[in-house]
Amino acid sequence: MQPPAIALENVVKRFDDGAPVLDGVCLTVAPSEFLTVIGASGSGKTTLLRMINRLLDPTAGHIFVGGKETAAQDATALRRSIGYVFQEVGLFPHMTVAENIAITPRLIGWTADRISARVSELLVLVQLDDDYTDRYPHQLSGGQRQRVGLARAIAASPDVVLMDEPFAALDPLTRETLGRDYRRLHDELGITTVMITHDVLEALTLADRIIVLSGGRVVADDKPRDIIDNAHPYVAELMQAPRRHAQKIGQLFGSSESA
Amino acid sequence: MTDPRIADALGRLPDYLGNHILVSVTALALGLAVSLPLAFAAFRRPVLRTILLTVTSIVQTIPGLALLALFYPFLLGVAALSERFLGFGFSALGFLPAVLALALYSMLPVVRNTITGLGGIDPAIKQAAIGVGMTPRQSLRLVELPLALPMIMAGIRTASVWVIGTATLATPIGQTSLGNYIFAGLQTQNWVFVLFGCVTAAILALIFDQLLALIERGLTEHRRGKIVAGAGALAIIIAVALLPGQIRAQHGYIIGAKTFTEQYVLANLIEQRLAAAGLPARRRDGLGSAVIFDALTAGEIDVYVDYSGTIWANQMYRSGSAGRAEVLEKVGTWVDEERGVRMLGSLDFENSYGLEMTKVRAQALDIS
Repeated sequence: MQPPAIALENVVKRFDDGAPVLDGVCLTVAPSEFLTVIGASGSGKTTLLRMINRLLDPTAGHIFVGGKETAAQDATALRRSIGYVFQEVGLFPHMTVAENIAITPRLIGWTADRISARVSELLVLVQLDDDYTDRYPHQLSGGQRQRVGLARAIAASPDVVLMDEPFAALDPLTRETLGRDYRRLHDELGITTVMITHDVLEALTLADRIIVLSGGRVVADDKPRDIIDNAHPYVAELMQAPRRHAQKIGQLFGSSESA
Repeated sequence: MTDPRIADALGRLPDYLGNHILVSVTALALGLAVSLPLAFAAFRRPVLRTILLTVTSIVQTIPGLALLALFYPFLLGVAALSERFLGFGFSALGFLPAVLALALYSMLPVVRNTITGLGGIDPAIKQAAIGVGMTPRQSLRLVELPLALPMIMAGIRTASVWVIGTATLATPIGQTSLGNYIFAGLQTQNWVFVLFGCVTAAILALIFDQLLALIERGLTEHRRGKIVAGAGALAIIIAVALLPGQIRAQHGYIIGAKTFTEQYVLANLIEQRLAAAGLPARRRDGLGSAVIFDALTAGEIDVYVDYSGTIWANQMYRSGSAGRAEVLEKVGTWVDEERGVRMLGSLDFENSYGLEMTKVRAQALDIS
């Protein structure tokens, strides 16, 4: 049987001597699955994500990526094999679009020809024109920057991509378009994605599966269709707003169609 | 060009300017070679960072002239030790102390700007660098250094302006520089010289600043042409500065002179007399009173005119006064026996001190 793409076993993370941020988290993500993580600020979402590529190490417990325990691997090599999309984009301001996209292949030691071919290919994948190649991040719109961020994350063809609120800073329309575009890439390339979001609607519409973190524990873990009826009080509260919106919008569209 | 002083000043320019550039560039290169690695090592280590910034700040509070002067006795001691234990000595006068003091002087802006520049980088960017798979060293080289570069270059530019300006103070410790115009001009009331020295030093500093700025723009804009143009121009300036050095390397007697009017006159007279006798000679003007006797005993200069009372008090540490003949005789014996210096004789001029006061004040104090 194929091992899970990502597995966490009883992971605990404590900073200094404070209360644990994550307190015994167990989680498996199947290959090519799209998992979203939702939860309040301070619920440990970003900490969870950062431990998967060893930007942080757990206080206790075990983490496996591709069936191999991460603690036993070289952290730098592990990070190069995993795509990461940062909350505030995190593009390098002194590098052009092409140089930003090429960074991980360059670190791995690809040849210049292979890198430049890959950059062209990626620009098509994230739907950016060729003439963006030599621009700098400050010359791009927010949406364009995050398209570059996506291209950079998948440049070295990783099996796993981690996304930390990737579309949070974008306007709603761009956010929705980029979300859909990424979901298409995820499906085409067979990537395993873990995406953090505070936008419940985004989580529901993009994911195969959603987990809800609260107080350092996983309080719900289900498909979007099922999680909306979850009885856990915090989860029910989270689902209230989308439910009201859905009803209201259903009425609006319903009435306009019947008119 | 009607004023003969301008022609005189222009005639000395290759020597003064060449020396000024050499001592400044060497000091800057040495300063950078020390400051940059130290700053890279210190910016992530709070304790080392504090020590480094404190020490370089303290150095900056020492007046430039004092810092330059302090290196002379220090190096004299080091040279003596080296001669004794390693079998070779070196000149403690001129180039070496000037380079060391100026290099030390250049450190603060470079160290501070490097630490500030590297420390001021957005943590999110550094996190991204690690996240895409860079090692800390790669993050420093590929991300942090390029982003801090404008700040670091600004520090280097400040240091170059400071060093070129302060190098004018290297004259009293025996390093020829554009300061020779200023010190000689101040003593002989030759304002053309003073202005000439100030203006040429300022122009030189501006040229260096602008060329470094050009290199900086080339680096940040990835424009190879600008880097080559800036670095090439600097290289040409340095090469041209080396040329007079080849011509200068001549043999002959070296006549020392302190920074007083009559010293300039006397050194000139000695030079003329030697030239008339067919002996090559050159002057080393503007030496500080504190260094000139040591320079003589160390063989840096061959002859100079000193004042018997100065040696009596400052070298022999005698207090109280004695008769003129007695002082002269004892000084002559002392320099011969203790320092291996031969007193050639006394000149026919008196340089005693006098006390002046108004008649009213003298009557009030009952002094007649």
